[in-house]
Parts: sequence; C-alpha cells; structure tokens
Amino acid sequence: MHMADALLSPAVGGTLWAATATSIAYCSRKVKDDLDDSTVPLMGVLAAFIFAAQMINFTIPATGSSGHLGGGMILAILLGPYAAFLAMASVLTVQALFFADGGLLALGCNIFNLGIFPCFIAYPLIYKPLVGKNPSERRIFLGALLAAVVGLQFGAFGVVLETVASGVSALPFATFVALMLPIHLAIGVVEGLVTSAVVLFVWKARPEILCYAAKAQPLAEFSLKKVVLGFGVATLLTGGVLSWFASARPDGLEWAMMGVTGSEELEAQDQGVHGVLAHLQEKLAFLPDYRFANAPQEAAAEKRPAQAWPTVDAGSSLSGLVGGSLTLALAALIGLLIKRRNRAQTT
Amino acid sequence: MSRIDSAFFEIGSLDTLAVLDTPLHRLDPRAKVITTLVFILCVVSFEKYQLSALLPFFIFPLVLVGSGRLPGIFLLKKLLLIAPFAFFIGIFNPFFDREILFYLGSVGISGGWVSFASILLRFTLTVSATLILIATTGFSGVCMALEKIGAPRVFTIQLLFLYRYLFVLVDEAQRLVRARALRSFKGRGTGMAVFGQIVGQLLLRTIDRAQRIHLAMRCRGFTGEIRQLRKIHFGHAELLFTLGWSGLFVALRCWNLPEMLGAFLLELAR
Repeated sequence: MHMADALLSPAVGGTLWAATATSIAYCSRKVKDDLDDSTVPLMGVLAAFIFAAQMINFTIPATGSSGHLGGGMILAILLGPYAAFLAMASVLTVQALFFADGGLLALGCNIFNLGIFPCFIAYPLIYKPLVGKNPSERRIFLGALLAAVVGLQFGAFGVVLETVASGVSALPFATFVALMLPIHLAIGVVEGLVTSAVVLFVWKARPEILCYAAKAQPLAEFSLKKVVLGFGVATLLTGGVLSWFASARPDGLEWAMMGVTGSEELEAQDQGVHGVLAHLQEKLAFLPDYRFANAPQEAAAEKRPAQAWPTVDAGSSLSGLVGGSLTLALAALIGLLIKRRNRAQTT
Repeated sequence: MSRIDSAFFEIGSLDTLAVLDTPLHRLDPRAKVITTLVFILCVVSFEKYQLSALLPFFIFPLVLVGSGRLPGIFLLKKLLLIAPFAFFIGIFNPFFDREILFYLGSVGISGGWVSFASILLRFTLTVSATLILIATTGFSGVCMALEKIGAPRVFTIQLLFLYRYLFVLVDEAQRLVRARALRSFKGRGTGMAVFGQIVGQLLLRTIDRAQRIHLAMRCRGFTGEIRQLRKIHFGHAELLFTLGWSGLFVALRCWNLPEMLGAFLLELAR
C-alpha cells in the first residue's frame, strides 16, 4: 500500500509533496485557530495509539490469515478531518523515517493517499451524511464500513496513478488497476468492519467521546465552501495527473494500433505485445530528461523498438560495468578507511 | 507478531545511535535533512534503465556510516527486512518489458531486468539514506529541523508527542496481546469481534491518558509549544557539509562517472 521512493519520479513526488505540505499548513492553522490546546496532545497520543493498535493482530474469517488496523478512518471519526489529517501525516512520517515504509520523497504521496482521501473525501461525504445528527448503531456501522472501503479504494487508485505517472515501473495502467483495486477492496472491507467495531465499542461505552469529536471540529464552519475548495484542489491535482494521461495515451494507443496492423515480423520475434507495452510505457514517462526525449521518433524506430534506445550499445554498457564495479569498490574503501580512522581515534 | 515486536525494539536502537557523539552527530539537523533530501531527489531523477551512474551514490551512505560510527551490518539487516513493496512492484518489470537492451556474453539482458535492478538500487540508496538520517540525527532532531525549515509548529509538536507516547502505548498493546494469547485456545477470541473490544478498550485508556497528560502539562506551564534546551546553529561546518555533498550529488547526476572511468580504463588496456 505504501508508495516507495524507488518507484517515483521527482516530478510526481515533488508535486504531491507540495500538495501535502500545503494541506498540512492549512490544517495546522485550522487546528490552532479552532480547537483548544488540549487537542494537540490528544492528536499525538491517538497517533501513537494507531501504532499500538497495529500490533494487535486478528484473524480474518474464512481465510485464516491475520490482519491489522490501518487507522485513518478511526482518527477522522474521533478527531474530525483537520486534526485527523495531521495525526495521520505524523503516523506516516514516523513510518517513513523508522520503518522506511515508503521513504522521504514518497512521504508526500503516502500522506496524500492515506490522509487526504479518508479525512477529506470519505469522512465528510460518506460517514457524516450517513451517520447524521443522531447516530444509531446501524448508521455508525454502515458509515464507518463504507467510508473505510471508499477511502482505501481512492488511496489504492492514487498509488496506481502515481506509479504509472512516474514511469519507473513497467506495469501498464490497466493491469495495475486490476491488480490493486480488488485487493484493496478486500482489505478495505476488513478495515471497515474493524473500524466500525472499534467505533461502536467506544460509542456504547463512552458516547460523549464521539460527541466531543463531532463538536471539536467546527460543524457550523464545515460549510459547503470548504468542501468545494477542498474538492477544487483535489480536482486540480488529479485533473493535472489525468490530463497528462489524456495527452500521453492517445499517442500510445495510436502507436499500438499501428503496431498491431504491421506486426507480423514483430510477432515472430515474440516481441509484439511486449514491444507495444514497452513503448506505451515509454510514452507515459513525462520527464524531459528521460530517455524518451533523446529517442528519435522516426518510423524506423517504431518498427524496431530495440533501436529506439540509442544509448545502450555494447561498448558503453561494458565500460559502465567495469567503471561501475570500480566506483563501488572505491566508495566501499573510502567508507572503510574512515571507519578505521575513527576507531583508531576513539581507542 | 514477533517481527513487529522486534521492529519496535529496533526503533529504540536506531534512536539510541543518535546519542553518539561524532562530528557528524553534532552537525545541525537542518544540514543533514536538506542533504538527505537532495540525495534522494538526485537518485530518483535518473531515467529508468540507469544502473552504472547510480553506483557512485553509494559513497554517501558508506562515508556517513564510517564517519558516524554506525553499525553497518545492523543497518543492512534493517534494509533487507523492509523491502516488500518496491520489490513486488519492480518484479513485474521483467515480465512486461522484454526488450533486449544489451548482451552480456551471449545472454541477452532485457530492459525489464535492467529497470528492476535499477529499482532495487534506488531502493537501497534512498532507504539507507533515510535510516542513516535518523541514526545520526534522532527523531527530535529531525522534528526540530522540520520546524526550523518551516513546518507548522502544531504538526511538529504533535510528532514529538507521538514519538514520546509510542513506546508507552506499544508496551500496553503488547500486554493486551499477551493476555489474549494466554487466554485463547485453538485461536478462539482472536477474531474481529474481540479485536474491536480490545482496541476500543485501549482507545478509551489512551484518551484518558491524553487528558491526564494535558492537565499535567498545563500545571507545568505548557502554552502550546515545546521549548528545547539544545541550541542549534547553522555554521561553516554545516554550510560546507550541505553544499559539498549537494554539489557532489548534482555533479554525479550530470556526469556518469563509472562509464567515463570504465571507458578510460578500457582505452588504457588497449
């Protein structure tokens, strides 16, 4: 579920970092302005609670495997969207720094996928309307379940978009979607059931906590304007990503059509489909300094994709190999020497 | 469960490395955070079939491990433990991208394998840089740097709270898990219904704890910010560290050092 640095291009990572940083700044201001100062410790401790809860496993019925809690939705229900978003962001930051779940550049993506979607889409648009002003057991159950499922689906789709837009992985868009969404539907249902179980327990034992949470986020201020604004930002961002696709895909498809019509010899080389996919993939890489840019796009190159990648002649790859291993050895040597000297100094 | 147990145990040990006292540890956290970010940006900005140009970047983690007196084996183990997502997505590359890129002897290497190897290299570099950042700076140091760079105070304070109470709550969760395990036979009571109650219980205790913490802090004059005794200072050493490393990364990003070196050597051999 976590996006990783290794799969990310700087353009995508940077964009989502900027988006996430802006939302963190905005939410911090909201929390500071609207809530009293007891919220900050509560947020921090609840975020730590998410970690603790993740240590408690449970068996998933009918499969025998075990799962644990993700937590974004519980935070949103208990803290309200702004504070929950900050808490979720801090959970993911700690995960990125200590467990290297994701990574520093991917942190923006992860906070976006696992924070924005549950807190600003699933919570206000699904949980709130479903539960309404006078919650009942059934409403809370349904609301928490559906919100968790939808939030996670959006998150998984976000991972797909970010990965494909980065162009490091060769997985084509459709395959990746078909891979991620069903898996996360199952995960989402389990997450939703668990979330609703926990929320219902709290509601039965101490209903005032849920009321406090509902009050703590300024209900009156949670007006249409904010929702529209949030949606505007989200739409702009996703629209930006999607329009990249829109501009890149027709090209790829067009090319695919051509490849299919004149493909006898390629098929004979067992490269037809893969050639198409590879080229499509190549088209989806946006950064100008990617190989895409210096690949000559002539008709000849389209027939023999192998030649469309000019930098890989045998000579340069051999020198790369020789030089590469040498540099690596050199780097290791320097590291070792420094360590040796350090130890000599301390003893 | 034992795996995640030990993972939490290792959080502590990663942070204890941060109390070592080397010139590297004494650097202003900001310098290390910024340098690490530049490093990661340079590494991930390579195109997807790049292998050789990534290798010189290993100099950064290796030098830091050496000069920070960090246990290299321990970091390597941590690295191997946390590889799954990049590996599982990357492993699809060889299946979808079968274009032969070059020949090693008579074996054709497809683009998919090259980009898969590239993903693994990037993963190793970026993750080790992150782990080293924590091991040389510590969590509170990183938080402080984030705040000085411009992250909102509410967010950084909240991060410090999270970190402070992480261990307390994890202990509590471990006790709950142990208690459940001792009372459960043939896996009874490990399902979702009981889980909901256990976690709900933990949640209620957590909320009460947060209230007590807040009251205690109010008594001690908490006004919404945490004061740090440690003074940090961005001096010449920090400037040199940040600019020197960043300059090196950018240079390595622009020129493929191993390929130049290899070409030179092959020329000599001829």
